[in-house]
Amino acid sequence: MNLMCKRVWEHISEFLDEQLTPEERAEIEKHLENCEVCSAILDSTRNVLILTADDRTYELPVGYSKRLHDRLQEALHQNPHPGKNSRN
Amino acid sequence: MQEDRQHEAELIRRILAGETDLFHELIRPYEKMVYVTLFTMLRNESEAEDAAQEAMISAFRYLHTFRGDAKFSTWLVTIAMNEGRQRLRRLKRAAEDSLEDTVEEPEGDFTPAFLTDWREIPLEALERQELRQKLREAVNSLPKIYREVFVLRDLQEMNQEETAAALGITVTAVKVRLHRARMMLQKNLVPYLQGSVPARKSFFGRLFQ
Repeated sequence: MNLMCKRVWEHISEFLDEQLTPEERAEIEKHLENCEVCSAILDSTRNVLILTADDRTYELPVGYSKRLHDRLQEALHQNPHPGKNSRN
Repeated sequence: MQEDRQHEAELIRRILAGETDLFHELIRPYEKMVYVTLFTMLRNESEAEDAAQEAMISAFRYLHTFRGDAKFSTWLVTIAMNEGRQRLRRLKRAAEDSLEDTVEEPEGDFTPAFLTDWREIPLEALERQELRQKLREAVNSLPKIYREVFVLRDLQEMNQEETAAALGITVTAVKVRLHRARMMLQKNLVPYLQGSVPARKSFFGRLFQ
């Protein structure tokens, strides 16, 4: 580990979010070419994000949607909007 | 994107004008977003489901207060989070959370974990159900202020400005917290990922399968 590694870690998020200036980005990319450790950290962090965005990571309980809309249907008809006249 | 927004604005106008059944259509794209947000806050399926229903009902009742300058999804997620916070308070879990979590931890260790053989981990490892479970646990174990930001940015894929608005914090705070959250997750998951990979090169890897 050297000072440059530490600098790369501090910027991993911005690197992944493409928020760095072209100069900063180039500097980090150059370091990554030669540093296995930092490349691995970057890849692993990216994989965590891929996994997070995977639809299967968080799944809805079975029947959730139907129960939600049933309950909404009840509420929609029981409680007209505040500030609006009841239409029933 | 722009079209979706126009379509939503039109739906909202019609719902407020009396076509209340259109509310089902309005919220359909966000069912999962609301549930997952609440699940990561409450860490309990049935509590999250109930809270999601309540949040959607609140959204309906307060729809007339929605201002078109924010995105509907941001507004809705704010309502969901308010519902989640109220429940946390009721459940008295807020006490522990606020004690340990509300302060930024400038002295915390937010450096990533080293790994020596990440490149040997096949993409298929990410397909494992077990790993997804591990990730959910890791997210659940994040301190609340980091978890909130991570969920909105990386799970709900909201942008920095929307996240800042939904949480009532600055964009800078969003960036700092997101970075820390990601580093904590990386650190938490790396040992597991390494362990989850078949030990191809291991001396006895094949023998014990």
